[in-house]
Amino acid sequence: MAMLEIDNLHAKIEGEEGREILKGLTLSVNPGEVHAIMGPNGSGKSTLSYILAGKEDYEVTDGSVTFEGEDLLEMEIDERAAKGLFLAFQYPIEVPGVATMTFLRSALNAQRKKRGEEEISTPDFLRLIRERAGGLGISQDMLKRGVNVGFSGGEKKRAEILQMAVLQPKLCILDETDSGLDIDALKVVSEGVNALRSPDRAMIVITHYQRLLNHIVPDVVHVMNKGRIVRSGGKELALELEANGYAEYQQDAA
Amino acid sequence: MNADIRPIRTPAEQALIAELDQLPSVNDRLGDLRLAAARSFEENGLPHRRVEEWKYTDLRTLMRDAVPVAGTAAVAEADARAKLLREVEARRIVVANGAVVPELSDFSALEEGLTLRSLADVIASGDDVAARIGGIVPGRYDAALALNTALAKDGVVLEVAPGAHIERPIHVVHVFAGSAPAASFARSLVVVGEGATLTYVESFEGPAGIAYQVNSATEFYVGDETHLDVVRLQEESASAIHLSTLLFEVGRRTQLHTFTFAMGAAVARTSLYATLSGEDSHIAFNGATLLKDRQHSDSTLFVDHKVPGCESRELFKTVLDDQSRGVFQGKIVVRQAAQKTDGRMMSRALVLGDDAEMDNKPELEIFADDVQCGHGATCGAIDDELLFYLRARGIPLKEAQSLLVQAFVGEAIETVEHDGLREALIACAEGWLKARA
Repeated sequence: MAMLEIDNLHAKIEGEEGREILKGLTLSVNPGEVHAIMGPNGSGKSTLSYILAGKEDYEVTDGSVTFEGEDLLEMEIDERAAKGLFLAFQYPIEVPGVATMTFLRSALNAQRKKRGEEEISTPDFLRLIRERAGGLGISQDMLKRGVNVGFSGGEKKRAEILQMAVLQPKLCILDETDSGLDIDALKVVSEGVNALRSPDRAMIVITHYQRLLNHIVPDVVHVMNKGRIVRSGGKELALELEANGYAEYQQDAA
Repeated sequence: MNADIRPIRTPAEQALIAELDQLPSVNDRLGDLRLAAARSFEENGLPHRRVEEWKYTDLRTLMRDAVPVAGTAAVAEADARAKLLREVEARRIVVANGAVVPELSDFSALEEGLTLRSLADVIASGDDVAARIGGIVPGRYDAALALNTALAKDGVVLEVAPGAHIERPIHVVHVFAGSAPAASFARSLVVVGEGATLTYVESFEGPAGIAYQVNSATEFYVGDETHLDVVRLQEESASAIHLSTLLFEVGRRTQLHTFTFAMGAAVARTSLYATLSGEDSHIAFNGATLLKDRQHSDSTLFVDHKVPGCESRELFKTVLDDQSRGVFQGKIVVRQAAQKTDGRMMSRALVLGDDAEMDNKPELEIFADDVQCGHGATCGAIDDELLFYLRARGIPLKEAQSLLVQAFVGEAIETVEHDGLREALIACAEGWLKARA
């Protein structure tokens, strides 16, 4: 059984008349697979990630999303996270006054509680954080500061990957995790992501550029345009896109 | 004033005036002060919404009845009810129903340079310091203060000798004890000598479900080059009315920090008046207010810059749930002589309840031309983007709200310097949020 099954998904901005952003998107992701979704600006990539995470600004008008056999669209935002869905934000938000440590611990314990597991002990938690933060170059000082407050663009992305590494989700959705990263930071982030690849875990990597996919090598590449997946292929498809651009798909769809 | 459009006295005003009429005629300074305050109350009555300073706290409507003056509290009951900040290492003085309770108060082994007595004792002994009562005049009529001046008989008189550093905080525990509604009045005096340091704590509490009324006033004479921290926690019963006045006369090169934390009472009004009459002083008036149900809470500040070179900072945070109502009024006056004044005031409100209301009224009155003054007021709901981010990590809605509210209030509480007090206040905020979730 696929981990994530998106079938004929149609969606628009909540309360707005007319324009659909997703227009019949179908996608199936199995455990252990890494899927890349590429596409031009405005093709609906970020919208897809927000809808999967449960953002309330969108309205699904048709279709279904099934996550491990359950109707994902029926679940609360936090319930989705507890079930193992994680969205690494394109623009991680600053949360002044909530220390990263407090935030991570609250999130981890809330998820464990929802799954009927015990809260993590303080020593275990500290050990886990130390283990995961080191490899991502995240200092103790950053962990004590408010979530993402005063972090550079690259630090914010690394912090997202740390959250992912601590929460150990089943499905990771990386929304343009490469945007705003220099080559060194891209490497650190990619290594962080690759460390999390496992036969039980699936990933959806959303990006404009092929560059990221040199580091995080996908099993499947999808081209998204105008709210639909218009072509799927192997990792070589990304190279083709890099060479030719999206023009032919935009013409096809028009 | 608009006496002509307020022809009838409310039952509360009638009862208070009857009480004032029974004041004994004592022919001394304090006696005269009391009678003058009583007369001014009889003339003006309780303030209402047409009195600008009480525009959003119409006390005439909110305080329907006056209750009889409270009798002496039972010691055991007062002790049992005085729970706030017990975990903080401090010298505790208990004031129950407006009177110092010697059995529950620690007057022993006073630090060198510290003089601590009850106001009743000071008056009885004829000590000179009593002449300082009523010495700080707010510059405008204040009904709550007038009633306090007329009716308060006891409280704490605390003097710190010049140069003395009192490490251990002094905690004045105001508690109401009794099973019937009654009114208590307490008047305190704090005199901090030149170069001295002090942390002064006031807390207020009482039994749930009893509509008691508390009126407290404290005058602070803050000498030159002193460092005074004042921390105040108001957690009266949700049926109570709490009126309090803090008055500060601030000397030269002084550091004065206050933090007022209000969570209790059906109706609360706290007024802070500060006169900066010595150059190069720094004052910070910060506060946090957490409200729910139909609570009404008002923080009103009046800072008067009379001399050059002083800095004043105000940061107030208010969280409003349900149908509660919060009021912040802050006025900074900069006199013509007070050049190089730097005054900044900020009030931020976070509205959780759909029917809650916040009224912000900042006022600046500037007569000097070389000053920096600013004020800001914000009022809004919890940011949806922040909530989404927290929830997307698995934190349920209520818990996410709690974390964000705590962060919001935390910014103000963090300004409390004393570690134990700061932690205790953070715990109070956490308790409030837990009760909500």
